[in-house]
Amino acid sequence: MFEYCSDPRSLEGLQWLSCYLTTATHFSFYWSFLTVLTLLAVTAPLALAFGFAGASAARSHVLPVSWLGRAYIAAVRGIPDIVFFLFFVIALDQGIEWFRHLFVCEDLSQPVWNNGEFRVCPAAKVPANDASPFMVSAYSFTLAVTTFAIVFGAFAANVLYGAMTAVPRAQLETAEAYGMSHRQVFRRVLVPQMWIYALPGLSNLWLILIKATPLLFLLGIKDAVYWARELGSAKTSGNNPYPHGDWRLFYFLALLVFYLVSTRVSEILLARLTRRLSRGQATRAGEDMRKGGAAT
Amino acid sequence: MTCWETFQAYSLRSLGYGERLLPREGYDLCQHFTLIGSGLIWNIYFGTLALAFGFFLANALALAKASRSRWVRKPAEWFIFVFRGSPLFIQFFLAYETLVLLPKAGIDIFGITIQTAWTTKAWAGALFVLFLNTAAYSAEIFHGALQSIPKGDLEAAEAYGISGWKKFSRIEWPTMLRLGWPAYTNEAIFLFHATTLVFFSGFPAFQQRGDALYYANYFADKTFNPFIPYPIVGFYFILITLALIWGFGRVNRYLNRHLPSNMKARIRLRPSLIR
Repeated sequence: MFEYCSDPRSLEGLQWLSCYLTTATHFSFYWSFLTVLTLLAVTAPLALAFGFAGASAARSHVLPVSWLGRAYIAAVRGIPDIVFFLFFVIALDQGIEWFRHLFVCEDLSQPVWNNGEFRVCPAAKVPANDASPFMVSAYSFTLAVTTFAIVFGAFAANVLYGAMTAVPRAQLETAEAYGMSHRQVFRRVLVPQMWIYALPGLSNLWLILIKATPLLFLLGIKDAVYWARELGSAKTSGNNPYPHGDWRLFYFLALLVFYLVSTRVSEILLARLTRRLSRGQATRAGEDMRKGGAAT
Repeated sequence: MTCWETFQAYSLRSLGYGERLLPREGYDLCQHFTLIGSGLIWNIYFGTLALAFGFFLANALALAKASRSRWVRKPAEWFIFVFRGSPLFIQFFLAYETLVLLPKAGIDIFGITIQTAWTTKAWAGALFVLFLNTAAYSAEIFHGALQSIPKGDLEAAEAYGISGWKKFSRIEWPTMLRLGWPAYTNEAIFLFHATTLVFFSGFPAFQQRGDALYYANYFADKTFNPFIPYPIVGFYFILITLALIWGFGRVNRYLNRHLPSNMKARIRLRPSLIR
């Protein structure tokens, strides 16, 4: 990057560090943080949409739809989310290929799952064998985002379902008394009012989502964890211009700081909200606040 | 191989007993259930011990966080913040990389050599991380409960002349546990879920002795069929979740035994904690 970096072996101290931290691979590391933020930005609304669909389904008057919604919400409660992450990435991939296999391939005589192999005809492969590297990584990123959205959608569905039942019954009854249909009550009264009840749960979910992003590494994305392991491992071979020992500890410390800062910013907002809600409550926190207010 | 033989060969495989080689063929349901169930021993080991040790540290941390003294409060706040604010996945990596850097020959303290090799093993290192992690999360729950003790209870205690240690041990602490228990139940459930991360985060599975998800992943890699092993893991974890809800529900009933039945806190499962 800098001109004096042409011969790193002659450099010392800070100059060496400035060169070391601006190598091409380090820029991949910095870009991977953008991957994390992109994932957050794309997943959050998508998970909210999944959650909204799940919560609405669970409230449905049609029994099978209601069961489907409830099963969706209940599944992630009892089963570790990592199982879902590992499962959905393969399952989605195979599902798409199998679906294409049924329509694209001519020879359907062979079973797709056979003796420990999953085999579809070349035309049904996703991404195609001759796809560009960008397409391949875009495909795996899309799979990862979908997986995140499915899992976190279930958490969001749980929060939104709770919020929907928390809207005072009288509000809905008044709307019904004015002659609104079920659909109108849902759209005009229930949905606008539920957000205030869903807010604490959703902000908690946001924190959880931030902390789940390193799991991208398990889904085979070259994210910050991947690069931290890659760059931090000992580089002692002769042709490496920047030899160093095992520095993975420092890279993971940097990651730790990144995540602490991101959650801290969200937490400050949460703390403000909690403070606002405990004001005037007959609890210890509220009492301390009252006494503290009287003293000053 | 009959199912009984498979069971004999693999039921304790995760602890290093029985057949050395993992199954290379067949991959029938019996093998799936036996080997994944064998891995579950590790999940139960991590979950139970981390929870048991973490409970005590969590109580201490919650009290420290509620302390009026800055010197006691600040360290507790920072500890809780660091462990709750960062992903468990990163904590595992960080702990492993730190423990690897310890001198291989052991540390000399007053002439006694303390071995360090065992700390990088999952049974010790990962357990330690899980212990600190659950202590931080539980401390936050207990601290919240401590703040929510009804002031009437405290005033009543003072009116009867109960103060100091007696007030804490007979009024504050039981009430704190009672109020925090439903949330603590959820924390316990999600701690068990978090144990599946151990062998995916730096800690190597020595001689392929892994947990339930490790073996499920092994089967999924071998058969290219995720639709059998992962639901089996799910099935086992639903059993664990139900057992936890039952056990913690018993304690919850005990803690609430003096209250009229319409005021008792019910345990509601809320997926509010993932690490």
